[in-house]
Amino acid sequence: MRKQETTGSRSAPVLGRRAFLAAGMAAAGTALAGCGPADTVLSGKQRLRQWNLFTGGDGARMVEMHEAYRKQHPGIDFQPSTFQWGNPYYTKFAMGAAGGRAFDIATLHVSRIRGLGAGTLLSPVPTDLLAQHGITRDTITPNIWDKCTIDGELFAIPLDTHLMVNYFNRPVCEEAGVLDSDGNLVAVSDEDEFFEVCAAVKEVTGQYGVVTDTTHAWRPFWSLYRQLGGELTLEGELGIDDDKALRALDFLRRLSQDGLAPKSSDGAATPANFQNGIAGLMLSGNWELPTLKDAGMDFGMRPFPGIYGEELGQGDSHCFVLPVRREPDEDAVAAAVEYAAWMLKNSVTWAGGGHVPAYTPVTEGREYADLQPQANYRHAAENVQFDPSAWFSGSAAQLQADAGAIFTGVHTGAVTPQAALNRFKRAAQNLIDTTSPV
Amino acid sequence: MTVHANPTETPDAAPAPRSSSPPAVSGTARRSAAGIWFVLPFTVLFAVFLIWPLIAGLWASFTDRSLAKEDSSFVGLSNWVEMFGDPAVWQSLWVTLLFTLITVPPLVAIALAMALLTHRATARIGWFLRFSYFAPFLMPVAVVTLIWEWMYQPEFGMINDLLATVGIPGVSWLTGEDTVLPAIALTTVWWTVGFNYLLYLAALQGIPAYLYEAAALDGAGAWRRFTSITVPLLRRTTTLIVLLQMVASLKLFDQAYLMTNGSGGPNYAARPIIGYIFESGFTGLRIGYASAISYLFFAVIIVVSVLQLRLFSRKEDAA
Repeated sequence: MRKQETTGSRSAPVLGRRAFLAAGMAAAGTALAGCGPADTVLSGKQRLRQWNLFTGGDGARMVEMHEAYRKQHPGIDFQPSTFQWGNPYYTKFAMGAAGGRAFDIATLHVSRIRGLGAGTLLSPVPTDLLAQHGITRDTITPNIWDKCTIDGELFAIPLDTHLMVNYFNRPVCEEAGVLDSDGNLVAVSDEDEFFEVCAAVKEVTGQYGVVTDTTHAWRPFWSLYRQLGGELTLEGELGIDDDKALRALDFLRRLSQDGLAPKSSDGAATPANFQNGIAGLMLSGNWELPTLKDAGMDFGMRPFPGIYGEELGQGDSHCFVLPVRREPDEDAVAAAVEYAAWMLKNSVTWAGGGHVPAYTPVTEGREYADLQPQANYRHAAENVQFDPSAWFSGSAAQLQADAGAIFTGVHTGAVTPQAALNRFKRAAQNLIDTTSPV
Repeated sequence: MTVHANPTETPDAAPAPRSSSPPAVSGTARRSAAGIWFVLPFTVLFAVFLIWPLIAGLWASFTDRSLAKEDSSFVGLSNWVEMFGDPAVWQSLWVTLLFTLITVPPLVAIALAMALLTHRATARIGWFLRFSYFAPFLMPVAVVTLIWEWMYQPEFGMINDLLATVGIPGVSWLTGEDTVLPAIALTTVWWTVGFNYLLYLAALQGIPAYLYEAAALDGAGAWRRFTSITVPLLRRTTTLIVLLQMVASLKLFDQAYLMTNGSGGPNYAARPIIGYIFESGFTGLRIGYASAISYLFFAVIIVVSVLQLRLFSRKEDAA
């Protein structure tokens, strides 16, 4: 086109303003039409729109899996869209799902399926279809499968588990003498033992023993509270065990006030403090693994320490969900379920991000067993501690935000554990009393 | 704008004497019909993107509209009643007002000081000063907050490192209840002072040099010239800057949201009212309730702006 225009220099001015505008409109029209299902019909391909919240290392791994998926599925017009985790994603998700035109399949945190409209926005997963692809309760970590089930219906296809774990800087811990014969961090059985380990590590780093995100203390708090056997009821009258909650909060306070952990360390600073050797241990989610690996750090990972008993850690699970459709589209549902099953079966790639695949044939396989340090905390995933159920609870939801804003003062010493607990109880009761918008 | 407005006014005024003759009437009608087509595009945009959302928002505040539901129902004044009894509304409104109080004075004073410095600078260094004072304003908020978040880091941040060299113990800037809002204010001043500076610089260049010359001949010192010539002649600009700055400071949200990772800071010490509106509407999915709070805030902004205009125009009358 362009060549013809330039060679025929006389004819070039013929393309006047109006013709140019008309051509532009036509081009825009074609482009708009391209967004609709028209091209799907024309190409004869099954369109599959996927929404996800994976950026960074997770995003790269998902793209890698998607490339493989595309190669094996030439008949699918696969259209993934990525949004930033947190409010930016959940907001679009809720609006998109309410509009009923946004996606055929989307990723979500299992802790949010209740809050984001299981039954109203999310449609149950056809388990018979899933079983045809070999995905049943027998091939998924059972506690996660159950978490995806509401009133006997499966609302999500779980891809993985991710949870709070304990990272350790190997050279530092070796010097501190807190490694066992296999080169792993020693297990602890109570508060004092954990403090002793931290103190020994602090001797070596000269600054701190351990670091945890003080601005998002919900995760360690929930891990510790669950280790103590605490329950949280978020219906009617708030049900919380004050003594256990206080013990968990006081533990966080002691960590910072005794100088074993920084009084202040936000989401970005926490891995930086660990990586820079300011602290030799880190209590954080397994998703920091790729960053630290890329940095070439010599570190190990183990489950969240069993300070009050079992080694339980707060966590969640990424899953696939299907929207409620205004007009049934069985082909799209079939393609979506097939895609989810494919992702689960190939989730050993996904495990590179530190997440524990939910599909047990993968985690029991040879390839996964060789993954280090992932294989070290695999069993902890079987007992991951999900957030309590409520529309305002779960990943990036209001209860976590409130806990973060309130508990951060426990680390800095601005509030006592008792005052923080009172504030948290008020905030939680306030949320319970709010009429559910879902 | 005014240049364009004048010619259109003249033809309108000109045919007025002819209006008694019948053909002229239809001519005016045709002309005004043509006028509609010129006004229409803007009117449509104005109606669709301003008037309609304004009404829709007000209507939403009387419903239980939710992001996660398609239908909503009328709930009367219950959102408004809830709002007036919600301590978080008043607490976050206070955060916004406090932020406005602590940012407006430095943003005006520092901008003036920088403009005076540059105005007197020689051409050789002037361009550099103008550039460096204005440059931060060109940065997107995400970049600004990222830089400052790392500078504020308590363990390895630049600011605490500098403080340590003079023996001051480290401060947990963004995680301390008393420090988080001042820290965000400092970042905001650094980031946005360049705009006010530019306005002041332009105004300074509009003050004729002969006034200073005459005053100097009359024996007025530098301070006298500043208070009796510069300040009064900048009054209009100052009014404008203070008004714009107050509205800008009241709109606090993005930097506070980003610098506290959306948490609102320790014990919500840096959650402005827009932050709370966002939380109610987007985290909490309650659009109806969020709309009610936005209307409260809308009223506050109007009251503040009117008060401020009154206050300044009185001063101007008196002068």
